[in-house]
Amino acid sequence: MNCTNIKNNQTIDHAEIPILVYDEFLQINAVETSDLQNLHCVNYFAHYFNDKIKLICCIADDDSHTIRVSSSVVDKNQRLSSFTKHNTTFEKFEREISENFGIKYVDHPWLKPVRYPENQFDKKNTVENYPFFEIHSEELHEVGVGPIHAGIIEPGHFRFICNGEQILHLEIQLGYQHRGIEELFLKKKKLLQKILLAENIVGDTPVGHTVAFVNLWESLCGFDASLKLQFDRFLALEHERIAIHTGDLSAICTDIAYQLGSSVFGRLRTPIINYFQIWAGNRFAKGLIRPFKTNFSFNTELLEKWKETIAKYEPDFREMSQTMSTLPSVLARLEKTGIVSEETVRALGCVGLSARASGSERDIRKTHPFGIYETLNHQPIVKRHGDVYSRTQIRKEEILQSIDYIRKMLDEMPAESKNITEKYQPAPSSFTISLVEGWRGEICHCAITDENGELAVYKIKDPSFHNWTALAMAVRNNEISDFPICNKSFNLSYCGHDL
Amino acid sequence: MISFLLIFISSLFFMGILIRTKSLASGRKGPGIMQPMRDIIRLLRKGAVYSRTTSYIFQIAPTVYFASVLAALLVVPFGSRSGFISFNGDFVFFAYVLAMGKFFSIIGALDTGSSFEGMGASREALFSMFAEPAFFILMGSFSLLTGFTSFHDIFSSLHLASHFAPGAELTRETYLSYVLAVLATFVLVMIAMTENSRMPVDDPNTHLELTMIHEVMILDNSGFDLGLILYTTSLKFAMYGALIANFFLDGMALPFGIMLFFVVQFLFAVSAGLIESFMARFRMGHNPQFIFILSSVSLLIFFAVLLLTGKFV
Repeated sequence: MNCTNIKNNQTIDHAEIPILVYDEFLQINAVETSDLQNLHCVNYFAHYFNDKIKLICCIADDDSHTIRVSSSVVDKNQRLSSFTKHNTTFEKFEREISENFGIKYVDHPWLKPVRYPENQFDKKNTVENYPFFEIHSEELHEVGVGPIHAGIIEPGHFRFICNGEQILHLEIQLGYQHRGIEELFLKKKKLLQKILLAENIVGDTPVGHTVAFVNLWESLCGFDASLKLQFDRFLALEHERIAIHTGDLSAICTDIAYQLGSSVFGRLRTPIINYFQIWAGNRFAKGLIRPFKTNFSFNTELLEKWKETIAKYEPDFREMSQTMSTLPSVLARLEKTGIVSEETVRALGCVGLSARASGSERDIRKTHPFGIYETLNHQPIVKRHGDVYSRTQIRKEEILQSIDYIRKMLDEMPAESKNITEKYQPAPSSFTISLVEGWRGEICHCAITDENGELAVYKIKDPSFHNWTALAMAVRNNEISDFPICNKSFNLSYCGHDL
Repeated sequence: MISFLLIFISSLFFMGILIRTKSLASGRKGPGIMQPMRDIIRLLRKGAVYSRTTSYIFQIAPTVYFASVLAALLVVPFGSRSGFISFNGDFVFFAYVLAMGKFFSIIGALDTGSSFEGMGASREALFSMFAEPAFFILMGSFSLLTGFTSFHDIFSSLHLASHFAPGAELTRETYLSYVLAVLATFVLVMIAMTENSRMPVDDPNTHLELTMIHEVMILDNSGFDLGLILYTTSLKFAMYGALIANFFLDGMALPFGIMLFFVVQFLFAVSAGLIESFMARFRMGHNPQFIFILSSVSLLIFFAVLLLTGKFV
């Protein structure tokens, strides 16, 4: 066996992961996966292993609903042939490994810094000397945007190479938000500290990341969450999707200066996001998801309140969506803007709604379900055009789908379960992977514990990690004035990328 | 004289009404009618900050821009009452004195050396250039129709309002003149929206520099200069409103004339607000097409005038 097949949220002994020679490792993970659409890499990372570097690659198989895990041990400073040469989805992963561990890939086409961590291998790599792609032409001009953003969002630097109003190339330089979250997971020993960290990985996806963390932690501890706990988490995930998607629709309308849409969707978002305040005392659902237990169990009173909120929301939402998708001036802005082809999406390894807007069916809820999703038989919503309009339509349809799912599940709400009192500890020398489909896409958390049951490695992959490159591809040959609307249609996270 | 005064008064309320319309249309209460003016006064009391990369061009640009609009106002009449000055061909003076102001605001933006402002300046120059034929074909047609070449003479010989007088005959020509006036109103409203960088050509509320036209040109202006530029926008709006009102004023008695003037300004502001509320702005690449439509509507007026005057056929 050259790899171990595990299910989502399954814990295995660290030693069960086969250690391969690098060439074979490259062969099975990069070369053999490059043409297969059902396989994609969910996480590829490295950690120090007895003075050497151990590479661990997790490939998700959508057909068999399993994740193939394999590893290889290489020397420090060893010059390696890159995965990227055979399979471009590894491009970001290898840049990260190279930045952190100093591995020099001989045939990587774009070996640039990712996020300048404090403990990176080459300390001379700084934000100031990022090697931008340059052009030497009298006719083309460069436009730099950021890192200080005109609005209220996070920092990132965008450098456009334009021919007049037309964008030829966009390079996105991130890393300004790097906080060392993965390191903090190892340093902070208390469970509460860890879950608070998970809540703050990405400010707009607290539920997605906390669910990924608690699934992982409970699996490490051998704890089976009760049906009610899983039900609450499912509810929170889908409700978060409704809330953020509605906010995004409002923001898309704002960017095309469609005031009616902007204010109506903005108004509709408020009661949805405020529902979390009613449920858990925080509008972004911080404090709602906790490992082994919940402090805010979903009850019949909340159920009624939810039905009431949605009863007011849904008719207005449908009417506004209808108006918006039939208004010529809106369609003129959204259609055929920022097209990403299915080919590009696959080559970049994009995930989530941005991938589904371009015809890729990738959805963890379907391919690697957990908890309630196992019984849900989820069918992902897929659009083919890959333009801003597709990404807008996907949001609308996913909102309605999520409402349907929650409504269906509310009828069979499981009975209240008692919070457990006994203490659980993570198993020593184990490896766990947890996949969750957040509103933005696939969130992946991986953990390895040492012989004392403490976390030795914690690895996070946010959907933004790969999707940023898709944005850079989407804006090519578009007008530079359409960049903001393309950007908004992806709505990617800076801190999710920078960690 | 009277037009100058009335335009000044309506400029104080214009933006307030426009913004209030937008707020009401989106279900908000909105700021008071005088809020934009209060903001301008606050800015006018402040000093300006100048970047070290700019030269005196950047410092005089806002003042020249404001002065150009003031100069253009001099020739705007009030129905049969002429403006401060009136001479043959004064609408050419009107157009090019405004263009001079625009020229200074463009080189002022370029003076900052910012890539954003350069982009905004190039867009502004392009769109103004496209709007120019629309205005000249429109005014040219009216001078062909009336046989005069000054604002005052053209407007006072259109006689649109006098047809409402008792006993007046309604002829085919009268109906046609009304059609012309309505078309001209459409063209003027849209030129005003383009020239003032409002929707659907530009979005004044956006925070996204890459999509801005006028807003991005004034990113570096602050304090007094910014106040001046913002007030000039209100003034320009009121000025175009006055031109539209002039089509219908004619020799009306002063009290009714003043009332009609304010009604036109009010409707102009409200319709501008409604346009901004219920549609998305155009894609930048579609803007030239849209502005060319204004030229073609002007051409329509031109051919109608040719028909009316019997020069065609």
